[in-house]
Amino acid sequence: MEDILILFYENREFIFLILVSIFLGIEIISNVPAVLHTPLMSGANAIHGVVVIGSIIIMLQADPTNYYALILGFLAVILGTLNVVGGFVVTDRMLEMFKKKAR
Amino acid sequence: MLNDLLGLSILELSYIVASITFILGLKMLSSPDKARRGNLIAGYGMGLAIAATILFKEEFSADKWLNYSLILAGLVIGTVIGTRMALKVKMTAMPQMVSFFNGMGGACAGVISLVEFDHLRHGGEISAGMLIVILLGLIIGSVSFSGSIVAYGKLEGKIADKALPAGQFINISLLLALVGLAGYLAVSGDLSMPLMYTLLVLSLLYGVLFVMPIGGADMPVVISLLNSFTGMAAAFGGFLYGNQAMLTGGILVGSAGTILTVLMCTAMNRSLTNVIIGSFGGGGTSAAKSGEQGTVKEIGITDAAILLAYANKVSVVPGYGLAVAQAQHTVHNLEKILEDKGVELTYAIHPVAGRMPGHMNVLLAEADVPYPKLLEMEDANDDMANTDVVLVIGANDVVNPAAENDPGSPIFGMPIIKVWNAKNVIVLKRSMGKGYAGIENELFFHPKNRMLFGDAKDSLEKLIGELKNL
Repeated sequence: MEDILILFYENREFIFLILVSIFLGIEIISNVPAVLHTPLMSGANAIHGVVVIGSIIIMLQADPTNYYALILGFLAVILGTLNVVGGFVVTDRMLEMFKKKAR
Repeated sequence: MLNDLLGLSILELSYIVASITFILGLKMLSSPDKARRGNLIAGYGMGLAIAATILFKEEFSADKWLNYSLILAGLVIGTVIGTRMALKVKMTAMPQMVSFFNGMGGACAGVISLVEFDHLRHGGEISAGMLIVILLGLIIGSVSFSGSIVAYGKLEGKIADKALPAGQFINISLLLALVGLAGYLAVSGDLSMPLMYTLLVLSLLYGVLFVMPIGGADMPVVISLLNSFTGMAAAFGGFLYGNQAMLTGGILVGSAGTILTVLMCTAMNRSLTNVIIGSFGGGGTSAAKSGEQGTVKEIGITDAAILLAYANKVSVVPGYGLAVAQAQHTVHNLEKILEDKGVELTYAIHPVAGRMPGHMNVLLAEADVPYPKLLEMEDANDDMANTDVVLVIGANDVVNPAAENDPGSPIFGMPIIKVWNAKNVIVLKRSMGKGYAGIENELFFHPKNRMLFGDAKDSLEKLIGELKNL
């Protein structure tokens, strides 16, 4: 219990940020026309690729002789980058088709 | 010292800018004109956050040349493979591509947790809170990974829908085991690596079993749910590192994805718990109806063409079959020919037609069908009584009257397109097979309905040929 209270107190700013972000996410999506649901899901998918930053931090902080961290971190960088780059490119391709054609 | 402070300030500033681009990007993705720019803006923000992390997070030291080279190598490999896959994929395979990339993000989060757990074991400072965050990151990331890969396999047709006997019981027991083990690891202070790997394996297994029995009709919901899972896993990572960009990005996706999932569940009249526990409503209900059926009437190409040519108003209801047959361009050609003959043609889009919300919109946009012709379900239903002919192409469950009048049906209560309110209905279908919910469709026996059997693209081409001769 005490641990949890300490966790809460030490991270109160993050918890605040988390709550505000949750509501922001809900607000943003409530106004999306069905036409754009697939691209939106795909764009959101690319954005959670931000997790790649965590893998970069691992690599930056790892001791150069800690091969466990280096190998897994390297793998994580590849996986995260796939998520980011693939996600944004796929979304862009979808949206490209939505361009209004000059007639 | 000043240099340090400068670097860290630039880093935090970059994270703030990146967070804003994520918010703006998601916001702009909700309007057709700005969507593409929104995606690009979020992409630039992501690039900025990644570059700033590499440059300013830690002071550069020459001993870490291996670390830096591996980071760059990882970024290059991921970029090359990701771009190639994204550029090569066919438009119809988009949903599984999204699912695949989602799985990669989940895996990334899981691996991060594994490394951080090991870090704690080797003299990192241990707090129960951080431990919980690491464990949750591992569980959610791994479930998202294995679940997404199964979803990918199913949509690619490589994995069949399979329900284990007592699947619900197994899933719930597995979930309890996961929670129990994670609870033990968090509380006992026993940082055992074998237990951590057991947790990993159980999570991966749960992801597989969770998606395995889910039928095609629920696939959009599952992908959206897994998408929000990965968002949460990313947010746990952000919490772990006190990293704002990861936090805002992850949580935005987590909450937006959850809402999207709930919206989709509502559209299909399924509760989210029902989807999570992982059973599709086939069991027990199939016996309810099967005896009382009328006769199925067929229509020939010529008759169908004449019916269309002399109609004032035609409505097309597309479904997944249109995507499978790759008939989007053909249907657009049909639309043009009918318009030349003075027939007004619109498309009635059910929100969950296809494999993802908006799947049909993407598909028809690829064939250059103009926006204003795509009507959302409510508008299409209001218009139905004035419609002379409805062409149902490759759709089944979304036009099944059982959703309105058979309380025993698994899709009872799902909003549907009420095509039988139109004067005539023609269903283009390969055979009398069932839809993805695996249930009979009374519409086929409706007095107003006639069937045009055959491959959708083939039938449409024949219709076009016939119309040209009229």
